[in-house]
Amino acid sequence: MAILPPGVNAEQFASAINQFREAVGREWVFTSDEDLHPYRDHFSYIKDQPNELIPSAAVGPDTVEQVQAIVRTANQYKIPLYAISTGKNFAYGGPSPNVRGSVTVDLKRMNRVLEVDDKRYFAVVEPGVSYIDLYRHIQDRGLKVWIDTPDPGWGSPIGNALDHGIGYTLGFYRDHFGAHCGMEVVLPNGEVMRTGMGALPTSKSWHEYKHGFGPDPSGLFGQGNFGIVTKMGFRLMPQPEHWRTGLVTVPKRQDFIPLVDTVNYLTDLSIIGEPWYGSGLFALLGNTEFREAADAFNAEEMDRQAAAADLHSWQVELQFYGSERTTLGNWEYAKELMARNIPGARFIDGESLKVPLTKEQIQKSTTPYRSSMRRNVTQGVPGLGVWYMTGRSEQNPNAWDETHIGLFSLIGRSGEAVFQAQRDFADISKRLEMPSFFSNAVGTPVNWYQFGFLMGNGFGVRGDNSPEGKKKAAQLLRRVLQENAKLGYGDYRAPPMLQDDVADQYSFNNYVLRRFNETLKDSIDPNGILSPGRAGVWPAAHRSLRGALRG
Amino acid sequence: MTARQFARAAGLAGLVFVAGTAAVTAQESAVQRGNAKFQHTCAPCHGPGPGDDGRAMLPGTAALQIKYQGSLPPLLEQRTDLTAAVLKTFLRLGSWSMPPFRPTELTDAEIEAIAAYLAESSKSAASTSQRR
Repeated sequence: MAILPPGVNAEQFASAINQFREAVGREWVFTSDEDLHPYRDHFSYIKDQPNELIPSAAVGPDTVEQVQAIVRTANQYKIPLYAISTGKNFAYGGPSPNVRGSVTVDLKRMNRVLEVDDKRYFAVVEPGVSYIDLYRHIQDRGLKVWIDTPDPGWGSPIGNALDHGIGYTLGFYRDHFGAHCGMEVVLPNGEVMRTGMGALPTSKSWHEYKHGFGPDPSGLFGQGNFGIVTKMGFRLMPQPEHWRTGLVTVPKRQDFIPLVDTVNYLTDLSIIGEPWYGSGLFALLGNTEFREAADAFNAEEMDRQAAAADLHSWQVELQFYGSERTTLGNWEYAKELMARNIPGARFIDGESLKVPLTKEQIQKSTTPYRSSMRRNVTQGVPGLGVWYMTGRSEQNPNAWDETHIGLFSLIGRSGEAVFQAQRDFADISKRLEMPSFFSNAVGTPVNWYQFGFLMGNGFGVRGDNSPEGKKKAAQLLRRVLQENAKLGYGDYRAPPMLQDDVADQYSFNNYVLRRFNETLKDSIDPNGILSPGRAGVWPAAHRSLRGALRG
Repeated sequence: MTARQFARAAGLAGLVFVAGTAAVTAQESAVQRGNAKFQHTCAPCHGPGPGDDGRAMLPGTAALQIKYQGSLPPLLEQRTDLTAAVLKTFLRLGSWSMPPFRPTELTDAEIEAIAAYLAESSKSAASTSQRR
């Protein structure tokens, strides 16, 4: 199924392919259906449909100079490019481009760990390095640093950070883009630019002050289409001497408000790593009497039934990094604060492990309570174990979930905001006739990003793998996004199929943010060759495609 | 046999021996490369050991346990039927929730090396099994 880039004829495309081959070597330019199949989104909602987002070719450079040559050729023929790093951004589109017929720039071969400094605590990597690669590099050399990894860990620090991915350790490191420290970018005209202190040719501190001097354009490359990032630095956490966990439970529904307030205080003092919220009342959702109370958000009745069942309303699992004594001191302090702020709060000591951890300690929990923490990632260890969620299982032995997608809305970091979101999302689910498994009175937020909560809304529409089912689900998800926006909830990340819809949520002052970005885009990338449509930012050359996937 | 004939025969035998050694070395090298690539790319999902969240197996191993119900080993390193052609089909097309792998991640030559490694690792698994 040979396809051409939009606006490019077969003769021009053949000439461009020849130039790509000259740039990177014949064996690293892919045009056959067989070779291009892995460049499709394995979880696409529009798989095998005429509008499926598939590339016309893929090119695998190994050097920055080769990336520059590819960009110059693309400019010559006005061919849209789409850069990927490890191509594992599943649930958010995988390796698929925003525009059908783009040429994928596959940076996987640029897989060098350029530097890891365990005295100044940073690493510098190329795009093809995965979290697993970086972790092994550090372990093989006995370096005293931890990484903050997403889950699963086959993605790339650069790719994940550029899509605003998030992790699981201390707050500062969990924001992967925020924890970057300088980048090198091939601009749409083929020039190489370095940000921060890297703009100083003789700099000895590129990765120690990312702002440099003057306006810092780094943010344009996050979920952006203003350049191809070829190197990036990241702050790394010093390897702690000790890792400790503990559980806090609180009895009543309203206790969630002071619980979040207290956890925020501990988080922003960098006393705790990522907190993991939960509810003891999930167990009662199958109980009709409790479900009625929960659906009505009847706090008094929920509390009564929780007490009758000897269950706590909320819980949070805390984790501490430091020495044995400081982690113990911080846990004791957390308990003191909780007891002071929340009558009836209870505490259970979790694990207390000396670092470095053994393989067995990483794999096997000795937590004396049922923990929902994903321990390997809180310990900075990347893996693929979490992939069980998408695959064949005892409960689902003859099918797999092809509609794996991520959609999370930003929620204010307070108990009150969570209660409001519970009501709003439950109401949206009811009006749109969606299952409300996640949208109910015991739905808990995730605190991946330190300064805000994320809650999923719309996951209930997954599961129908037929083309009609996927189309219906996609339309429903678009309506969810619209309803979210009306109530003040914006999503933080999306697959290309829904990026225009998420971008539409951010409409303040007649979409001035988008107009600003597109003004920049047209100036920096006049031919519109770099990832047109990424995050809803369309260059003039392809602006007519905005919303085209809505079908 | 004249001295000249003997020398010629000995020389030929030597060539055959050298060529044979080279072939063995190349095979060993392929097995080593295949092992390294398998451990890097495949084992995080298809290796031995426990999975996440208290699961007994890693996701790929668990999926094959459910799929084959004991008719084939769930561990790829114990399989004797994974030729390069079979591996290439699964790797390039993907299988269920395992996404396809691009040529930049695994070249055809690397897939052949993995097949060479699996052929070797399955022999070790079989002999270990027999010893038990």
